[in-house]
Amino acid sequence: MEPFRSLTGVAAPMLVDDLNTDQITPVQRKSTLTPDYALMLFSRLRFNDDGTENPDFLLNRPRFRRTKILVSGNNFGCGSSRESAVWAMAAYGIRCVVARSFADIFRENCLKNGVLPVTFPAGDAARFEALAVATDGAAEFTADLEAQEIRGPDGAVFPFDIAPAERIALLEGLDDIGMTLKHTVDVAAFEQTVRAARPWLQETRDRRGA
Amino acid sequence: MAQTLFDRIWDAHLVAQRGDGRDLVYMDRHVMHELHAPHAFARLDETGRGVRRPDLTFACQDHTVSTRPGRFDDRPGAATYTDAMRAGTRKFGIKLFDVTDADQGISHVVAPELGIVTPGATYACPDSHACTVGGLGVLAFACGTSELEHVLATQVLALKRPKTMRVVLDGALAPGVTAKDVILRVIAEVGVDGGAGHAVEYAGAAVRALAVEGRLTLCNMAIEMGARNGFIAPDETVFDWLAGRAYAPDGADWDAALSWWKTLKSDDGAVFGREVTIDCSALEPQITWGIDPSHVIGVGGRVPDPAAAPPERQGNMRRALDYMDLRPGDTVEGLRIDRVFIGSCTNSRLPDLEAAAEILRGRKVADGVTALVVPGSSTVKREAEAKGLDRVFIEAGFAWGESGCSMCAGGNGDRGEAGERCVSTTNRNFEGRQGKGVRTHLVGPAMAAAAAVTGKITDVRRLARERA
Repeated sequence: MEPFRSLTGVAAPMLVDDLNTDQITPVQRKSTLTPDYALMLFSRLRFNDDGTENPDFLLNRPRFRRTKILVSGNNFGCGSSRESAVWAMAAYGIRCVVARSFADIFRENCLKNGVLPVTFPAGDAARFEALAVATDGAAEFTADLEAQEIRGPDGAVFPFDIAPAERIALLEGLDDIGMTLKHTVDVAAFEQTVRAARPWLQETRDRRGA
Repeated sequence: MAQTLFDRIWDAHLVAQRGDGRDLVYMDRHVMHELHAPHAFARLDETGRGVRRPDLTFACQDHTVSTRPGRFDDRPGAATYTDAMRAGTRKFGIKLFDVTDADQGISHVVAPELGIVTPGATYACPDSHACTVGGLGVLAFACGTSELEHVLATQVLALKRPKTMRVVLDGALAPGVTAKDVILRVIAEVGVDGGAGHAVEYAGAAVRALAVEGRLTLCNMAIEMGARNGFIAPDETVFDWLAGRAYAPDGADWDAALSWWKTLKSDDGAVFGREVTIDCSALEPQITWGIDPSHVIGVGGRVPDPAAAPPERQGNMRRALDYMDLRPGDTVEGLRIDRVFIGSCTNSRLPDLEAAAEILRGRKVADGVTALVVPGSSTVKREAEAKGLDRVFIEAGFAWGESGCSMCAGGNGDRGEAGERCVSTTNRNFEGRQGKGVRTHLVGPAMAAAAAVTGKITDVRRLARERA
């Protein structure tokens, strides 16, 4: 996983609640396993039916074309578990989302792709949102995971909490599966125990015609 | 100490605690679908990691498959995902229910129907509606592609233990009121993120009275209140339903399983992080008016006024009114509709189709309405055809599809047109979910049938009375 240490760039305020994964990356009938994920991001909102850009959409405004931090409301990323929502953000260059709260699965998907999810305490959240709106893409913010803070263009500093283990995993770009594979012996022992106690859980067999 | 059912199942699957404090929770069964599995297969190829337990893993073709008669689809690339699924499952030795397989269907429909999941088991599926199978007393985990790959490689998930929540549904449902109406009401009360961070157990008299299929519907939409897990303590209704299913235990295994299953409940006095109680006895058929599954009113109700809502909900409600072309105080009953879809992991099992057919019998789909019904599995389709339900749908003017996810998310291209009003038995009325600009109203199957034949949103109980 690509480590996340620090990210400096434009912060785009999309201050709505419940921004769902059908909006972030709409399901489209796809004919390739490797679509252009950056192009999928907010595709219904970003592009008109004829493929031209919708000039009214925030990320299409000149100042926001290189957005790196997204700022949104409650329950960000709710809906489908599709990881393409995070892949699309990362491919576009957005590797930090600041939201009032996150949907559980989406937040997990962020952590597994080197994307930093940030939630501020309520007072700071409102101040940060106001600053992002007032800045209007004219200056950059820095999301600094080592220091656990986001710094605004006016010198304002917004500290945030994140679980120490999540912070380290992001900073180091740790291999999540590799961490679990260290417990292979435990998994094998567990399987032995279940095989004895609840054997039907350790085998699958189509009994029709058996 | 008194234990919740959640604690009981979680603790029975706890393998170890990882260095970062996460619990490694064993996944008894893993069912994948073709929209996400190919990317995990590709990752396994890159990393050289194998699949730990292909024998506990199953694969379904559901999201991208054509639902047209004969599965006809000649669009370029139509088989990209199904082909990749075939290649991956062949390589790793995983059982695939392929497009033409008699057992094919939507993963969350197939897994219970074949007895692949059983009470007290854990289940992983790379789809947010994995929670569906909680209706059998299964602890299900929806996951993304990275977690799918994680399960393939290790057979565990590395999880943070969620808080517990109990939703008690009291009372007896009135005639014409279904599990779908109950869950829509629950989401309206709890909100779209009220279950976030929680594992939700449904309990109460209204739940006990539900058949298994209704329980699956109830659990299906736990994710729509933000809960990754939704489940119901298993009882005789479940045990009877499971007996004899293809992959369910039999013989001595069945007896041993049964005695364990009977212990699977929350103790009296178990403490939940959050409790919600809803009396369902006065419930009428429910319908969504807006753009998320908490925007719910009774079919006889009126669209709410954002001005009367808490300030933090007002923006979302105004956006909903605008998108849905409604005004505060409007009745939804009588609204003209363009399209009806009956299907999805929420409402595509045999009793769902029977309830819709009961309304359709001897009636015709209204002029100007496009109506599609897609059984949740090929098994459901065969069973429905054996009962002549296909004839009822077709004679009424419905298209009778091959099983798959179809118009729930439109991954196979089934979708509506901008500006259309669509009455749908699915789980999400998000903007654009069923096609750009499509206005979705979520309902139960009989309500969908009533809308189809009247051409407008209609209280199904009115039609049922006409018949009686």
